[in-house]
Amino acid sequence: MASRTLTSRRWRRPPFISNAYLRWGLLAAAILYLALAYATTEVNWSRVADGLPRAKRFLLSFFPPDFTSRSEDILEGILESLWMTVVSTVIGILISIPIGLGAARNLAPTPIYLLCRGIVAVSRTFPEIIVALFAVKLFGFGAFAGIIALSIGTIGFYGKLLAEDIEDMDPVQAEAVKATGSSWFQWLNYAVQPQVIPRMVGLGMYRFDINFRESAVLGIVGAGGIGATLLTSFDRYEFDSAAAILLIIIAIVMAVEYSSGYIRKWVQ
Amino acid sequence: MPVTQQGESKLWQRRDRKQQLLIWATQFLGVAIFVYCWQKVSENTVWMFVNDAPRQAADMAQRMLPPKWSYMEQLWQPVWDTLNIATLGTLIAIVMAFPIAFLAARNTTPSKVFARPVALFIIVSSRSINSLLWALMLVTIIGPGVFAGIIAIGLRSIGFCAKLLYEAIEEINETQVEAIRATGASGLQILTYGIVPQILPAFAGISVFRWDINIRESTVLGLVGAGGIGIQLNASINTVTWTQVTVILIVILATVVISEWVSAKVRHAII
Repeated sequence: MASRTLTSRRWRRPPFISNAYLRWGLLAAAILYLALAYATTEVNWSRVADGLPRAKRFLLSFFPPDFTSRSEDILEGILESLWMTVVSTVIGILISIPIGLGAARNLAPTPIYLLCRGIVAVSRTFPEIIVALFAVKLFGFGAFAGIIALSIGTIGFYGKLLAEDIEDMDPVQAEAVKATGSSWFQWLNYAVQPQVIPRMVGLGMYRFDINFRESAVLGIVGAGGIGATLLTSFDRYEFDSAAAILLIIIAIVMAVEYSSGYIRKWVQ
Repeated sequence: MPVTQQGESKLWQRRDRKQQLLIWATQFLGVAIFVYCWQKVSENTVWMFVNDAPRQAADMAQRMLPPKWSYMEQLWQPVWDTLNIATLGTLIAIVMAFPIAFLAARNTTPSKVFARPVALFIIVSSRSINSLLWALMLVTIIGPGVFAGIIAIGLRSIGFCAKLLYEAIEEINETQVEAIRATGASGLQILTYGIVPQILPAFAGISVFRWDINIRESTVLGLVGAGGIGIQLNASINTVTWTQVTVILIVILATVVISEWVSAKVRHAII
C-alpha cells in the first residue's frame, strides 16, 4: 500500500489591511518616519536623568498634598475658574443657538447657512489658549479675557453640534406641526426644540466640563483662573501645593462628569 | 396631555402645572447662578481696558499685516517638531492605553475589585488634566524641549484612548469569543483571535482621531516650553513682532486643517 502524505493546509488570520502593497508600504513608511523622527528629535538625556529625582519628589508630594499653606490662593483660583466656566458656557450657548439654527441646512436659506457655517468654522480653528493669548492683549489680564476665549470655543463646538442635530431630526414631526398652520417660531418651539433638547442638554453639560478643564490652563497666559496659581507653585517648586491643586481639578471634573450623567438621564 | 376646560372651549398646554413650575424654578436658579458669577467676574475686570479693546484690535490688525513670509524658513523645523510631538505622543498613548483598556473593560478585566478601579482611576486622572498642564509639570521635571511635549501628549491621550477602547471592548460580540473558547484556546489566544480582531477597526479609528486632536494641542505646548511651533509663537508675541505672529497663525491653521482632512480620510477608509 503506497503511503501518501497529506498536504497540510494551515489557516492564517486575515490581515487587517487586505491589500499587500498598501500593508507593506504603510509599514515601510512608518519605519522610515520613526527613524527620521528619532534622528531629528533632540533629547537632552542627561537633563532628563537629572529630572528623575525631582519626578520622585513630585510623586511623593501627592502623599500627602498640601492643601493648607496656599489655601487662600487655591480657593480664589478655583472659584474664579468656576465663575469663568459658568459665564462662558452660558454666553457661548446663548450665542451659538441662533448660529446653530442658521447653520442647519434644512432650516436656513443658503446665504445665512454659509455665513453661520463660516462663523462656526472660524471659531473652531484655533485652540482656546491661543485665542486667550490674544484676548489678554486686547482686554487686559484677568478672567474677562478667559471668558471671551472660552465663549468663542463654545460657539464653535455647540453651534456645530446643534446644527448637525437639527439636520438629523425627524422631518415627519416637523411637517405635522407645520400642517397645523403654526408660525415659524411656534414651529421651532413645538417641532424642532423638543427633538433636539435632550441631546443638547447633555452636550451643554459636556461643554461645561470642557470649559472647566480649559479654564484651568488659561491662567498660564494670564487669562484668569486656577492656572496662574498652578504655574506659580510649579515655578517655585512647591510640588505639594501643585499636587493639591491637581487633585482638586480632578475631583471637580469627576463631580461634573457624574452629575452630568444624572442630569442627562433626568432630561431624557 | 394637560387639557383644561375654559367655559366652552378646551385649552391644550404642553405641560401640566407641576412640570411647568419645576421648569421655571430650574430656569430661575440657572439665571441666578449666572448673574452671581457674572458679578464676581465683573468686579475683577478693569472695564477701561475692555472698552478700549476695539481700538486695540484695530491697532493690532494693522501691525499684523502684511505677514512676514521670509520668516517661514525658520518655521519648518518647529512644524516638524510639532508633528513629531503629536505622532510620537499618540504612539506612546496607544501602546499604554491598550493594556489599560483591557483591565478596565468589564468583560475582560482580571479582577473587578482591584484592577478595574485602578485602571479607571488612571483613565480619569489622565483625562482631567489638560495636556498643557502635563507639559508644565514635565518641563519642570525633565526640562524644556520636545521630549517633555511628547510625554505630555502621551500621558494626556492615554485616558482618552483607553476610555473609548474599553467601551469598544465592552460592546464586542460574545458569541465569537465563546466560539474561540470552545476550541480550547488559552486566554491569550482568546484575546488575539476572539477579541482583538473585533476591536481593531475601532482601535485604528480612535488612534487617528486622537492624532488629529494632538496636532491641535501640540501647536500650543511651546507656550510652556515643551517644544513645537508654540515656542516661536510665544517668542514672537513677547518681542512684539506681529508680522511673524501672522505667519505662525497661518501655519498653525494650515497644519490643523490638513491633519483634520487626513484623519477624516483615514477614518472613512477604515469604517
